[in-house]
Amino acid sequence: MSNKGLFPTSLSKKYAMAATGLFLCLFLVGHLLGNLQLFIPGAEGKEAFNAYALFMTTFPLVKVLSYLTYFGILLHAVDGILLARANRAARPVRYAKENGAANAGWSSRNMALLGTIVLAFIAVHMQNFWYVMHFGEPGMYSLASGEEVKDLHQVVMDFFGPANSMAIAAVAFYLLAQAAIGFHLWHGFASAFQSFGLRSAKYTPWIERVGQAFSVLVPLAFAVIPVYLYISQH
Amino acid sequence: MNLTLKIWRQNGPTDKGRMETYPVSGISEHMSFLEMMDVLNDQLVRDGKDPIAFDHDCREGICGMCSMFINGEAHGPGRGVTTCQLHMRSFKDGDTIYIEPWRAKAFPVIKDLVVDRSAFDRVIQAGGYVSVNTSGNTIDANAIPIPKPDADEAFNAATCIGCGACVATCKNASAMLFVSAKVSQLALLPQGQPERDIRVKRMVEQMDKEGFGNCTNTGACEVECPKGISLSNIARMNRDFLSASLKGE
Ligand code: HEM
Ligand code: SF4
Ligand code: FES
Repeated sequence: MSNKGLFPTSLSKKYAMAATGLFLCLFLVGHLLGNLQLFIPGAEGKEAFNAYALFMTTFPLVKVLSYLTYFGILLHAVDGILLARANRAARPVRYAKENGAANAGWSSRNMALLGTIVLAFIAVHMQNFWYVMHFGEPGMYSLASGEEVKDLHQVVMDFFGPANSMAIAAVAFYLLAQAAIGFHLWHGFASAFQSFGLRSAKYTPWIERVGQAFSVLVPLAFAVIPVYLYISQH
Repeated sequence: MNLTLKIWRQNGPTDKGRMETYPVSGISEHMSFLEMMDVLNDQLVRDGKDPIAFDHDCREGICGMCSMFINGEAHGPGRGVTTCQLHMRSFKDGDTIYIEPWRAKAFPVIKDLVVDRSAFDRVIQAGGYVSVNTSGNTIDANAIPIPKPDADEAFNAATCIGCGACVATCKNASAMLFVSAKVSQLALLPQGQPERDIRVKRMVEQMDKEGFGNCTNTGACEVECPKGISLSNIARMNRDFLSASLKGE
C-alpha cells in the first residue's frame, strides 16, 4: 500500500474532515455555554464573564483544548480546501446545464462556500476579541479575588454598543456567519457519521434529527447574543 | 411533438467540442428517448451529415450503456430508469432538451455522447472478485448457508449495472456509489471474507488513481441511480476501509 502524505486516500481525507468537524461541534457547545454569561446583567455579569475569561486563558486543561481547537480548525480548513480542489479537478469540463437541486440539498452542494464564510468569520472574530485579549491593551478590571485582569466584558459590550460606530455592521456580519454555520451543519452533522460509516436504518433518522436540531438551535443561540447586546445598549 | 435539442458534439478525444442545436419534429410521446435520438440520426444521415454517436445496447435497462446527461440530470428526469427506459411523455411539445455526455476526468469523451468507462473495469480488476480454487475440488457455493437478509443485501448491491450515472450526477464526479456496491456485494457474503480487507483497500486506491472525486455525502447518486443502490453501501465501504486501514499491513 502506498501511504504518502498527510492524507494518502480520498477516504482518509474524509475521516479527518468528519473527526475535526464533530470536534468543532463540541467546541461550539462549550463556547456557547461560556457566552451565555453575557446575558447576566450588571456588575454580577461583568464579574462572572471576566472570571470565566481568566479561567479560559490560564487553566492548563483548557489551554490544551484551545490548542486542539486551533489545530482542528486549521486541519478542517486545509483538508476542506484539498477536497474541494480535487473535486473540481475531477470534472474538468462542466455541464452546460446542471440541475443540482433535483437530487441534493442546497447545503450539501455548498459546503465549501459555507466553510469559507465561516473561516472568514473566525478570522474576524478572533481579531475582534481573541487578539485584543492576548495582545491588546484594553481597560483593566479587579476580580473579587483581587486579581487584575483585562476587562474582556467591556470589550464585548463596546463592540456591539454605541462605542462602536460600526456596531450595526458587526451585528449583521455575526448574524450572517451564524447562518453560514447553521447551513454548514444542516448537512455536515449527519454527514460526518456517514463518513465514518455509522449508518443504520434504526439510528440514522435520529442522527439526522439531532443534526438538524443542533444546526438550528446552536447558531440561533449564538446569534441572539450580539442582537441582545446591541438592543440593550442602544 | 416538436422539440429543440441542444447536443454536445465532439469529433474525437482531442477535439474541443461544442453544443449544437437540432430541431426534431413528429416525435411520439410513446417513443423512448433513444428512439427519438434514432429519428434525429436518421434525419442527419439522410441530410448527409454525421450522426450523433451515443452508447446503447440492451434498450431494456440492464446493460447500463445508455449514458446521457439530459436537462441537467443523469438519464433525464425519471427516477429508477436508464435513458432507454425514459419515454418522451416526460417532455412537452416545444421543450428544449440539453443532451450531454457523462462529465468526469475519469470518463474521457470518445466521440459526441460516448465516454470511456474502462476506469470502472480497472477498479473491478483491482479487487472486485473472489479467488476460488478451481483445481477440481471446488466447493458448491450453495452448500454454504447464508442468512436471508445478507443474501438480499448482497443481491441489491449486485444489481448495480455499472452505468456511471452516480459519477455523472455527483457534483464531485465521485465513484463512491459504484465502488461501494461492488465492495458490498462480496463483503456481505461468506465467500468474500478472506479478501475483504485487501479488496476494499485496493479498490479504493484504484478509484483514487483513476481521478474520481471525493464523496461529500450529498446523496445525489442514490437519487439518480437507475437501480436504487443505497448510500448504506457507501457507509459499509467507509467502515470496512477504516477497519482495514487500522489493522495495517
Ligand atoms: C465552527 C466551525 C465548523 C464546524 C463545526 C464544521 C463542521 C463540519 C462537519 C461536521 C462537516 C461534515 C464532515 C463530513 O462530511 O464528514 C464539515 C464539512 C466541511 N467543512 Fe466544516 N466545519 C466548520 C468550519 C469549516 C471551515 C472554517 C471550513 C473552511 C474551509 C470548512 C469547510 C468544510 C468543507 C469544504 C466540508 C465538506 C467536505 C466534503 O465532504 O467534501 N468547515 N464541516
Ligand atoms: S451505483 Fe447505480 S448509478 Fe452507479 S454505476 Fe451502479 S447502477 Fe449505475
Ligand atoms: S441501453 Fe442497456 S440500459 Fe439502456
